[in-house]
Amino acid sequence: MAVRELGVSVTVEVSNLIKQFDGGHVRAIDDVSLAIEEGEYLVLLGPSGCGKTTLLRTIAGLEQPTSGDVLIDGSVVNGLPPRVRKVAMVFQSYALYPHKTVLANIVFPLKPEKLPKQERESKARWAAELLGIDHLLDRKPRQLSGGERQRVALARALVRAPHVFLLDEPLSNLDAKLRASARDELKRFQQRVGTTTVYVTHDQAEAMGLGDRIAVMNHGKLRQLGHPVEVYDDPADTFVATFIGSPPMNLVPRDGTLVGFRPEHLLPAAHVSGERVEASFHVDRIEYLSGDRHVYGTVNGIGKDTRVIARLPATVTDAVTPGESHPFAVNVDKLRFFDAESGERSEPVRVDAEHG
Amino acid sequence: MAETLTEPETPPRQKIDGARQRLSDRDGFLAWIFLVPTVVYIVVLVAIPFFLAIAFAFSDVTSGNPSYDWVGLENFYRVFDDAVFWQSLRNTFVFTVISMALIVVLGKVLAMILVADFKGKWIVRFLVLLPWTTPVALSSVTWLWLLHSIYSPIDWVLRNVGLIEDNMYFLGRPGLAMGSIIAVHVWRLVPLAAVIMMVGILSIPDDITEASRIDGAGFWRRMFEVTIPLTFPLIAVAALFGAIFTFTDMAVVYVLTGGGPTNSTHVLASWSFVRGIGGGDIGQGAVIALFLFPLLLAAAILILRAVRKMETI
Repeated sequence: MAVRELGVSVTVEVSNLIKQFDGGHVRAIDDVSLAIEEGEYLVLLGPSGCGKTTLLRTIAGLEQPTSGDVLIDGSVVNGLPPRVRKVAMVFQSYALYPHKTVLANIVFPLKPEKLPKQERESKARWAAELLGIDHLLDRKPRQLSGGERQRVALARALVRAPHVFLLDEPLSNLDAKLRASARDELKRFQQRVGTTTVYVTHDQAEAMGLGDRIAVMNHGKLRQLGHPVEVYDDPADTFVATFIGSPPMNLVPRDGTLVGFRPEHLLPAAHVSGERVEASFHVDRIEYLSGDRHVYGTVNGIGKDTRVIARLPATVTDAVTPGESHPFAVNVDKLRFFDAESGERSEPVRVDAEHG
Repeated sequence: MAETLTEPETPPRQKIDGARQRLSDRDGFLAWIFLVPTVVYIVVLVAIPFFLAIAFAFSDVTSGNPSYDWVGLENFYRVFDDAVFWQSLRNTFVFTVISMALIVVLGKVLAMILVADFKGKWIVRFLVLLPWTTPVALSSVTWLWLLHSIYSPIDWVLRNVGLIEDNMYFLGRPGLAMGSIIAVHVWRLVPLAAVIMMVGILSIPDDITEASRIDGAGFWRRMFEVTIPLTFPLIAVAALFGAIFTFTDMAVVYVLTGGGPTNSTHVLASWSFVRGIGGGDIGQGAVIALFLFPLLLAAAILILRAVRKMETI
């Protein structure tokens, strides 16, 4: 909490934001409105080309909206250059200045502030210390590892005490092992500094792990905004349902609706208590992944026969044999219903095993 | 290996039908084939003339009497005794340094115009590249007319605007003549420099430019702290080309002033040509031309070293 005083937390808001490219042929952002609270860690999640990076860049001031407003700390910042918005951004490539030393990279954003040289350097050293890179100050970026570069980029973003952090897939250039630890560090770091953060990623694990709230985007539209638990348990539509979760939510067509349930909720009937929907599960093949069994097969009895995936945790030891049918079931509380046409959430319908 | 020794009855391995290494699969062979034209070019058109020039510099060969007789340093003494040689040497440096500086600065400005996105940029790009595509001799003749002592359109415009009373005689006064020659060099080499530097600017990742905008750097700081350091190798290459083309060129001087007025605008190349080919004294012409070599070599080494230093960032 010692660092908290440097984090000036402000709100960030976009309202009815539209961004068109190529003279209106491409709508990168299609009428998005969302408000980010003070000190919140908001993750923009979506597949590539969904407009999440464009949204981030519009907040940064690198792109100007076609229509709609960007508000930082309650005031409209449309048309203002990035410098005035007091935002700091970490790029996917880190965008360090390759000809400058680490120290010079971190000092760079302080130069417009007309501080004496010594004060600038001591601020830069402080930021470097905070991120544990103070022993690298004389190196050039090419002499650093991916993780170290990422910290330099963070230190450069942090040193100016920005009001908003904008992070554009900062972990995607790290290898898988480093990514997990960097994710943890990033989260703890933001909690210490307390600065409002917008984080763009296409990786749902990062989104679920880091975000206070997640904004799921697709085709330039905001599909759902909510806490990780909400987004996972109560997806607003079939896009969110299948984009989040690995393996994704199973969707079984039934009378103009889609019945959705998560793979971990389709279990051998003996393991499902309470009110449940029973189904016969014809198993094709099994994958053994980090302790869980992912069972691929066709489910019969919930709706139309559909290929689905069941995820059996290590605690479920029932024998499941490929080529055979087994009695499986889903608790009715775990069922989610979507309109087959629009993909939107719809009213629950009664599902009984006899159907189909 | 051991298996084939212990089991001699193993049938010999069959090659795939029709499969054999073609000539085009043999890298060593290809390397030689592709290198030969370059090697021939360098030997016949660069190395042999270069060594001939060294040989001629110590001989009394003239166009009238091509028999080779060793005269030692005689030609050097005669060249050094001639004030025109020192004048040409000085002119060569003055032309090169001033043109190079102007070429780099104007090339940088043009490069930024070339990468800018605006309506009608293709016509600007086309016009910018035009001087470079015109043969030097042809464009020099055009300039000769533009700078003509009586019919110069430039004079005409200046007269009508009221800036001058009388004609300028651009090529008739030593100072103005040198200025005119520099202007023509700059005019024809700036497009090349601009294209080279444009490549440099385009090679900077967008992220870096954007990061510097986020970091609050304005136009000038971005230019001096980001763009120029990152494109320095290509700026150096542009400067090197500008310097070499100015340093070795004789066409502009020869066509515009012929070295005049009174030998005041001669450069090494034109003076060597006048002495060696025009005057027929091949030995002296060779001595003068040889002076181009160490200076060019030094310039090339200096700039290439700077480039290598930058590459190791």
